[in-house]
Amino acid sequence: MPFLEIARLEKSFGALRVVRDFNLAIEKGEFVSLLGPSGCGKTTVLRMVAGFEAPDSGTIRIDGQDVLGLRPNQRSIGMVFQAYALFPNLTVAQNVGFGLKVKGTGRAEMDARVDEMLRLIGLPDLGQRYPFQLSGGQQQRVALARALAPKPQVLLLDEPLSALDAKVRVSLRNEIRAIQRDLGITTLFVTHDQEEALSMSDRVVVMNGGLAEQVGDPHEIYNRPATRFVAQFVGTLNVLEAEVTDPAAGRVRLAGQEIALGRPLPPGRASLALRPEVVSLGPAPGRDLRLAGRIAEVHFLGSVIRMRVAVGSDHVSLDAFNRPDAPPPAVGEAVELSVSPRDLLVLEG
Amino acid sequence: MTRAFAWIAFALGAIYFFLPLIGTVEFSLRMLRGQYSFEAYRRVLADPRFLDTLGYSVAMAVATIVFGVLLVVPTAFWVRLKMPRIRPLIEFITLLPLVIPAIVIVFGYIRLFNTSSILPLTGSAMGTNVLLMFGYATLALPYMYRAVDTGLRAIDVRTLTEAAQSLGAGWVTILARLILPNVLVAVLSGAFLTFAIVIGEFTMAALLNRPAFGPYMQLLGANRAYEPAALAVIAFAITWACMGLMQLVTRFQKHTRAQR
Repeated sequence: MPFLEIARLEKSFGALRVVRDFNLAIEKGEFVSLLGPSGCGKTTVLRMVAGFEAPDSGTIRIDGQDVLGLRPNQRSIGMVFQAYALFPNLTVAQNVGFGLKVKGTGRAEMDARVDEMLRLIGLPDLGQRYPFQLSGGQQQRVALARALAPKPQVLLLDEPLSALDAKVRVSLRNEIRAIQRDLGITTLFVTHDQEEALSMSDRVVVMNGGLAEQVGDPHEIYNRPATRFVAQFVGTLNVLEAEVTDPAAGRVRLAGQEIALGRPLPPGRASLALRPEVVSLGPAPGRDLRLAGRIAEVHFLGSVIRMRVAVGSDHVSLDAFNRPDAPPPAVGEAVELSVSPRDLLVLEG
Repeated sequence: MTRAFAWIAFALGAIYFFLPLIGTVEFSLRMLRGQYSFEAYRRVLADPRFLDTLGYSVAMAVATIVFGVLLVVPTAFWVRLKMPRIRPLIEFITLLPLVIPAIVIVFGYIRLFNTSSILPLTGSAMGTNVLLMFGYATLALPYMYRAVDTGLRAIDVRTLTEAAQSLGAGWVTILARLILPNVLVAVLSGAFLTFAIVIGEFTMAALLNRPAFGPYMQLLGANRAYEPAALAVIAFAITWACMGLMQLVTRFQKHTRAQR
């Protein structure tokens, strides 16, 4: 039985349906991300699990118990917010101990737990400081310690890294994941950052327009997107239009070449997608499909050179590693791209 | 040029503010012919009615502040958290005491709570005191509400509340341990204004026939020459002492000191 079970969840604000028939089952100790653009309903789902919003219909069960009748302070959840939400009038230690104090934990036990949490987040000496005396990354670590101190059943993370600068964000996401693994706490993480979702999660739920478009592990989400939206939202994508020549056999004509995709296709035109990393500049072994084009843009990014190549009426992006002995191609230069047909994704939806 | 104008404006303001005060102080010291003395102050302080009325008004002010805080802080918090749409309506209601004269309010109270009504508060001294305290709270409402609402605007009420709820806190804990300490400076500003209003208020206390400081000042002013000036200076000093106390309290709060 799943530890956190969300079934047929619906929520509207006025005439706007923000969550539609949302279903998700999370196992104990699993780290699941809700990924999607602004307004897709991911935060609303999280807030309904926390109890800050009431669903119009559906059920939410934690460890088998229906929690919809419980107030937020009765649900045994820990939550970390984007804006840290540390209590400004309390010290770091008082913030971390707040949930324990509310539960009526004894002084000695509370002090020990606060010390343990501060050590866990790597700030054992900052207990007497006030939140305003900490950096953004430190504040968010304290917020995490505060959420974990009362030993909640579920940890909810509402875009906890969005307010931090890039370097801190990367180091903190690794710390959060390590702590989550250590404690084995079931975690639901909301983000609009695909890199965060892919790098941290056991499973990712890609949401769009209130619906869960795909649920899967990061590898599956990235490599086998179920819908056009998932393919386009997760990672960079090249979309090429092809003509279906044999729907039953799954044959298409692309850039004047016949390719077999090995699966039936609807008649007419098909949208084929390519990740930039499966496109090679020039001939490459095992990549038999050749596309002739002309360099439209070149961006030198140091270790990587990002190029956009005009192929007929489409554009194809690709990345190549920098080689000191080979300068990047010039804009306008005629080039040949090579691709393996099995790397072509057929977009649906 | 701009700097010169600024100094002239400051000087004019200072003269406007300090000149009457200096005049009052100077006049209050001239009770004994041909010399400056504190005779007027001595007589005021020796008058048992001074301490009685001042003590009564201070007690009423404290009660009004407590009642005002208990009424306004949860209301402003709830409006900001759950009903932001009705904020304009609440602001309008809290402004009403500024446009409805105190005499109208107190006559309304007398009519509603007289001895032949369902709730005959004016039938006893304690009941009338409670009624007067409600009246004072009404008069202070525009100031107290605005002060608290401004304080709440400075903090992220929703997120702090949700963070506390997720940690298991109920409404009373949230209000007492998080919201109130974080708007304490604003509450003290409102409390100070309430104190100033209650100490000098005349109409309600006189019409409800309570032994407050305002009617005593009026009585003294109608019958004596130098003592009212001394009384005005004392009242002024008390008010400023309260303001200083408020500043001290806020200075001792570590987290607010650092935020300034």
